Amino acid sequence: MSEPFDATRWQPAPLLPEKDARDGALIFVVAVLCFMACLTAMGVIAANRAAHAWTGQLIGEATVIVRPRGGETPDAAAARAAEALSATPGVTEARALEPAKAYDLIRPWLGDVSDIEDLPVPRLVAVTLDAKAPADAPKLRAALIAQNVDATVDDHSLWIKDIRRAGRLVGGVGAGVFLLIAAAAAAVVAFATRAGLAARRDVVEVLHLAGAEDGFIARLFQVRFARVAGQAGLIGAIMAAALGAGLRVAGGGGGLTPALPLAWSDLLAVVPCPLLAALVAAGAAQFTAMKLIRDMQ
Amino acid sequence: MRYGRGPDILTNLNLSLAPGSFHFVTGPSGAGKTSLLKLIYLAAKPSKGHVHLFGRDMAQAPASARPKLRRRIGVVFQDLVLLEHLSAFDNTALPLRIAGRKPADYRTDVAELLSWVGLGQRMNAMPPTLAGGERQRLAIARAVVNRPEILLADEPTGNVDHEMALRIFRLFVELNRLGTTVLIATHDQDLIARSGRPVLHLENGRITARPAPALQGNLL
Repeated sequence: MSEPFDATRWQPAPLLPEKDARDGALIFVVAVLCFMACLTAMGVIAANRAAHAWTGQLIGEATVIVRPRGGETPDAAAARAAEALSATPGVTEARALEPAKAYDLIRPWLGDVSDIEDLPVPRLVAVTLDAKAPADAPKLRAALIAQNVDATVDDHSLWIKDIRRAGRLVGGVGAGVFLLIAAAAAAVVAFATRAGLAARRDVVEVLHLAGAEDGFIARLFQVRFARVAGQAGLIGAIMAAALGAGLRVAGGGGGLTPALPLAWSDLLAVVPCPLLAALVAAGAAQFTAMKLIRDMQ
Repeated sequence: MRYGRGPDILTNLNLSLAPGSFHFVTGPSGAGKTSLLKLIYLAAKPSKGHVHLFGRDMAQAPASARPKLRRRIGVVFQDLVLLEHLSAFDNTALPLRIAGRKPADYRTDVAELLSWVGLGQRMNAMPPTLAGGERQRLAIARAVVNRPEILLADEPTGNVDHEMALRIFRLFVELNRLGTTVLIATHDQDLIARSGRPVLHLENGRITARPAPALQGNLL
């Protein structure tokens, strides 16, 4: 027995069946892809932050290796170098490292040598540069030459270059992985659209014969798959955010590890995921549906 | 006209339907009645020759023009082709919805039409739950709901009782009076005999026009 029907309150029902047995598998695959995309985004953001922090530290410092000249003790040479550098514009502080620290630095390579003090270990001067207008290596070198100090200035530029290159590489790989995941999601949705159109060929035929335009029919599939992918994107994003939060909590203040410092704000990277998934799915479904519908005629 | 590399279904067909005319198409099974209707509602293309519709040669009309032309044609398909996941009301309203009309503008009309074809108590029913005759009446309601300029019906009274067949025929006549060109493919000789309408007879791929039979009884 049919329920009482009030025609005055009738609203058009969706032209495509709301439920489809294939939806579960599609949601699972797109959710997993979105989960991986979100992890990639969070990983790239954390890696970029680490690279920036490292380069920031290295840019703010320089190390000067001082070699004593005839008659002068290494400590005196180091003190003279520190004094010359302190007076240089763009230097906040120049401090001669104590001999013990210099020995500590080379001990890992030499082992526990008892008469290490007898070795001609060069003295080091740690220079802290002005963050706003740091002095560059030629300026530091000129200041040392002016005071007749024999020294080598290491402004860490080699390391900075390497870290920046590694940062760019991580960013590039992340973008590549992200694009690959988006392409995989588009391919999955295109496949699902193809299957959906084949399964609903009767609906497409009826709509065509009733005068529906290709775009009208394609839009039905576009909206449907965008909605399914949006739901899947939301699931994937929530899973990734939950994992990120877990890692942040487990990793303490340093995030996952000190090398990959995950911040709470990084979890926001998952926010656009449902929308992006819906957009990718809408594009893939529209393109596939239009092509197939034209072929059907 | 032929399907693929098969034999000619229709040959040397020269047929012109005047606007506002009413014809039956008869002929043995496989004579090409359905194929003739398909040519008119643009579901098939002639392998040779031309189809002119609403004053336009369809061979010259771009594909993008077909949807709007189809909206001017109502079709009752032999196999009905209802959307099984939509209610009777939604199925009937489909052509209006595709034409971009607002639900508020046609709700009442659809309800009245469904009542008229005897489905007033089944508006919310899904097609799989409808009996054969009810499904057929639903297909007819969908075909006529937007008052098409051409109405094509392929065996529209095949699954309904005599009384309902007459009721449906009266609906077609009423539409015809309002200006719709009607072409009905049928085997129902009794209906033809009692209608007083001209007949197009298809046999061996050829068509012959037969004059309207003398009106028998008071059908209308």
